[in-house]
Amino acid sequence: MAIFLTNESKVLVQGMTGGEGMKHTRRMLAAGTDVVGGVNPRKAGQTVDFEDRAVPVFGSVREGMAATGADVSVVFVPPAFAKAAVVEAADAGIGLAVVITEGIPVHDSVAFHAHAAKRGTRVIGPNCPGLITPGQSNAGIIPADITKPGRVGLVSKSGTLTYQLMYELRDIGFSTCVGIGGDPVVGTTHIDCLAAFQDDPDTELIVLIGEIGGDAEERAAAYIRDHVTKPVVGYIAGFTAPEGKTMGHAGAIVSGSSGTAQAKKKALEAVGVRVGDTPTETARLVLTQLETERDVTHS
Amino acid sequence: MDLYEHQARGLFEEHGILVPRAEVTASPKEAREIARRLGGRVVVKAQVKTGGRGKAGGVKLAADPVAAELTARRIIGMDIKGHTVREVMLAQPVDIESEFYVSYVLDRAAGRFLAIASAEGGMEIEEMAATRPEAVARIHIDPAEGVTSAKASEIAQAAGLPPQTVDVLVRLWQVLTREDAVLVEVNPLVRTAQGQILALDGKVTLDDNARFRQARWGEEDAGHDDPLEVAAAAKGLNYVKLDGEVGIIGNGAGLVMSTLDVVAGCGARPANFLDIGGGASAQIMADGLSVILSDPDVKSVFVNVFGGITACDAVADGIVQALGAVRLTKPLVVRLDGNNAVRGRAILDGHAHPLVQQATTMDGAARRAAQLANTS
Repeated sequence: MAIFLTNESKVLVQGMTGGEGMKHTRRMLAAGTDVVGGVNPRKAGQTVDFEDRAVPVFGSVREGMAATGADVSVVFVPPAFAKAAVVEAADAGIGLAVVITEGIPVHDSVAFHAHAAKRGTRVIGPNCPGLITPGQSNAGIIPADITKPGRVGLVSKSGTLTYQLMYELRDIGFSTCVGIGGDPVVGTTHIDCLAAFQDDPDTELIVLIGEIGGDAEERAAAYIRDHVTKPVVGYIAGFTAPEGKTMGHAGAIVSGSSGTAQAKKKALEAVGVRVGDTPTETARLVLTQLETERDVTHS
Repeated sequence: MDLYEHQARGLFEEHGILVPRAEVTASPKEAREIARRLGGRVVVKAQVKTGGRGKAGGVKLAADPVAAELTARRIIGMDIKGHTVREVMLAQPVDIESEFYVSYVLDRAAGRFLAIASAEGGMEIEEMAATRPEAVARIHIDPAEGVTSAKASEIAQAAGLPPQTVDVLVRLWQVLTREDAVLVEVNPLVRTAQGQILALDGKVTLDDNARFRQARWGEEDAGHDDPLEVAAAAKGLNYVKLDGEVGIIGNGAGLVMSTLDVVAGCGARPANFLDIGGGASAQIMADGLSVILSDPDVKSVFVNVFGGITACDAVADGIVQALGAVRLTKPLVVRLDGNNAVRGRAILDGHAHPLVQQATTMDGAARRAAQLANTS
């Protein structure tokens, strides 16, 4: 079953005909993603030939959805056009918009998140690698060939740390890996993913990767305490990173905590999450935890 | 990107918010002239992008132009929390009747901007929020509606601010949205004995992501103090100087942060943060190496790359090309893992540079780099 993305997902790519869009559409198709169309008003009616599929280009998300039944859109358009792209996808009623674009002004993302929420569209990102359900579908830029299907769910702010853990645990495999993005404001949070993994029968254990800034990890810890019964293993990056210069005094009172890696680790450990000191140790903790769980189940 | 106080003041003024008369200079002599123009008695304020200027002696009242020159001479060149004061702002003193606090700040958790306001300004807002939370009003702003007069009245009423501040709250929202700021803060906002509402001190943080549509932002605004950071910025590198001795190059912000931690865990201190991004091209690798090797504190360099989208053989080719362009003067530990890692390692082995060694795991490579830094 996995979360948010399965082999039944039909994927549109906004910005498919650009350089990054083309490169990653080819990769998504190779990973088994059902890419049913691209969106570009200036190239509507054309088709783009990939190795084993000719993908049609539609003039709008609405047209693409009507013609193909698409329910997911992956957004690769440049920052200046990202807000319009997400608003268009939400207005067309898409269920999930995965925004890969990096460098979107925060006023634009605040606006499209609010708009998408009103329309009932889930947004993942922006500034994220997307999500992958190995063996089924890949929406975004996560390399598909470094891991395999399995029963671990992963949620992370960071792309390369996600890849690192996927690779370390390649023999175990993953149900779904979600890169929620490193921007200050993201559409889908650690908590949203924890809730979905908790309900997903294909997920046995959850890996949560966080980093300094904000208080998303502290809130995730509180959520785990109250709602998550599956084992969670954590990793936090940024113990030695310099204090953020961009966070003003007023910002610190909003988050209600200092946002340090130490505070996040403590919050997670306080609710029973085992937190690794390095990515490799985190992978080892996952293995140990899985063995323990299985012993308990079998005895 | 944080602005200097005088830049924030300029933006407030452009958007019709009243501010005290003031001018900026880097020259004590000119400070005397400015003080004369402003009527003699002035406040001399260090221009640095950090808080706590007052406590550090960076804000002083000068009674006349001669005192202004002397004070400016003392303050310019002063170090405030690691920031060197290059300029001072001289401002006309204001007859304060009462002080308020107002700001718009991004609430990451809510995904919205939050208005924070208090009728008890002048003190540190986080201290106030901790000790007297009931004195601080917080109201979220719907991005589709913004701060209208009605919204501003709601904020002013909730905080107990006088009605004349409503106009300031609306204009301050215009500063936030039209200038693509992620934080605007006025502390204190004051009512003068004459009944005027004035922004006495302000802080503005601009959104670096909006640079493409804010044509008048200059490159100089980046505000790098460290010469290595300036050199790295000129090459378009995402580099932050730190205090240690192990130079770090990695791909992806999360992995680089993690690399710093792992190196610290091995008993050495990272010399920098450098994220060369997913692509890890030869040019970026060469640029990154040249900046790190020019850091006299660096004793060893750790290149930590995970080959995801870019396979490790391409990254190894990049490193070999970079080593052709930059003269390696310090030991380099490389860890390549992920796609085509075996081929990538073979390429580096084939190149056989005497100062380059490889490790197959991140933890092992970090240990080696730390050891090299601690023994050289």
